[in-house]
Amino acid sequence: MKDKLALTGNEAVAHAMRQINPDVLAAYPITPQTEIVMAFSRFVADGVVDTEMVPVESEHSAMSACVGASASGVRTMTATCSQGLALMWEIVYIASSLRLPIVMPVVNRALSAPINIHCDHSDSMGARDSGWIQIYCENGQEAYESTILAVRIAEEEKILLPVMVCLDGFITSHAVERIQLLEDKVVKDWVSERKTKYSLLDVENPLTYGPLHLQDYYFESKRQEAEAMRNAYSAIPKVVDKFEKLTGKRYDYLEEYKMDGAELAVLCLSSTYGTAKTAVDRLRAKGVKAGMVKLRFFRPFPAKEVVNALSKAKAVAILDRSDTFSNQGGPVFNEIRSAFYEKKDKPFIINHIYGLGGRDINVEDIEKVYTDLEEILKQKKVETLVNYLGVRE
Amino acid sequence: MAKLIEVRFHGRGGQGAKTAAQLLAETALGGGMYIQAFPEYGPERAGAPMKAFTRISDEPINLHCGVTSPGVVVVIDSTIMESIDVAEGLGDEGILIVNTEEKPEAVRQKIKFNKGKVFTVNATQISLDILGRSMPNTPMLGALVKATGIIKVKDLEEKLKKKFLKKIGEKAVKGNIEAIERAYKEVESG
Repeated sequence: MKDKLALTGNEAVAHAMRQINPDVLAAYPITPQTEIVMAFSRFVADGVVDTEMVPVESEHSAMSACVGASASGVRTMTATCSQGLALMWEIVYIASSLRLPIVMPVVNRALSAPINIHCDHSDSMGARDSGWIQIYCENGQEAYESTILAVRIAEEEKILLPVMVCLDGFITSHAVERIQLLEDKVVKDWVSERKTKYSLLDVENPLTYGPLHLQDYYFESKRQEAEAMRNAYSAIPKVVDKFEKLTGKRYDYLEEYKMDGAELAVLCLSSTYGTAKTAVDRLRAKGVKAGMVKLRFFRPFPAKEVVNALSKAKAVAILDRSDTFSNQGGPVFNEIRSAFYEKKDKPFIINHIYGLGGRDINVEDIEKVYTDLEEILKQKKVETLVNYLGVRE
Repeated sequence: MAKLIEVRFHGRGGQGAKTAAQLLAETALGGGMYIQAFPEYGPERAGAPMKAFTRISDEPINLHCGVTSPGVVVVIDSTIMESIDVAEGLGDEGILIVNTEEKPEAVRQKIKFNKGKVFTVNATQISLDILGRSMPNTPMLGALVKATGIIKVKDLEEKLKKKFLKKIGEKAVKGNIEAIERAYKEVESG
């Protein structure tokens, strides 16, 4: 381990990319992701990486360049968020369908309209069905380490899927925190060289990427894509085990906080989990049996792990930082509620949508969620399934 | 239980509040502490009131929300006090440090703040005298060190040198260090 540095989340991610030293990086700047590309382009200019950087004219072109580069067999990265992710949409699906192991930090930001540069998860949650693996990071340290972890997950022979590494815009991306980097050599050895059996430039073994599949083969392609995500679910823990040997840290599907003996539980993603720990500490000090679960991987969705963890509680609230506008709550809630269908003796499960467009969520807000859960246990019924937390109505 | 210190800086865009928050955090990090520093991002423009925050703790900092009840408030531009309640959230032990030519008592009366401690220093004048231009953020850190003792002057000066020598040159670094030391000496409490 190297010295502890004061870095923003974005700078930490840029350092991960420097140490990964991808062959190609094609990107277009967008707030609050800009700093990643800015810092990385400095590494390119200073010659500390030998990445071919492609400064494209849009995110659509960024992902297109990444698809071409990755299909040729080289290690490829980009970074984006919000409107940028929206603009690269059609190519996002192509990257996963062609099974290209591209790693893309997504600095979560709200989608227009109204125009807003601050954090929510609408951008990456919108891409939840695109076939990408998604990791959500609590802080700069996790964003740094997850980016390094993601390379091996994406390129794992049994997986071969692109990965989004999501960090909260401004909250994580622009906050300076104490970050500990791994040694350059350790990361270099961990990622090593990308090996692929499927290079577009391998003239000895010619192959085709992205042909026309109509009624005859398209379905089989998609079935294989579904299988790849199932393989990812069983293969990721093995990569995580190896990563633990390197860093001493577990990057499991979930993380639990004071769930032993917890009657009331809250599940959330990303930076909110840190704030919520303080809420749990305060409630536990008052004798409230509160616990927390952090969902780190949203794709593949670890249904079994989520059900096991939350089944310990009697009432559960799922925090979503985006809405589906389906009148059925946020995306995380929908997934979890569905996962509980077969479970007998399930806890009450409600949804709180919060923090859209960067609306701050503080310790008191989260304590209020536990108060709602206490009331549900008292009444033994759910009055409002989908709640909006911290909004003026 | 971890001891968490939360500092809020009030300034105007371009006055270096963000840099001050970060320099404070980095100095504390050098002393082995856990840190966070972040500005409140609004529509960024020079001259508009803005806030920046620093958290310092001897244990990892999990909080990722805004700072609503700071222990220390630093006002880099006193004209902000006319439109913003700079003492908002300060508790009974709260420390308010203002860049002004006025005495602490006058600041107390002006903003009707009767709690905690108030410190004043004419950081603008100090930076004008020494640096030849108004850059009150570094002398305000000198005043903060005197008022709170969160970090050491020597550590602050070393961090400043390390962080800015390349960017601003030796003369400006020396000037900033002199400004920090003068503010440290001249800050008044009441």
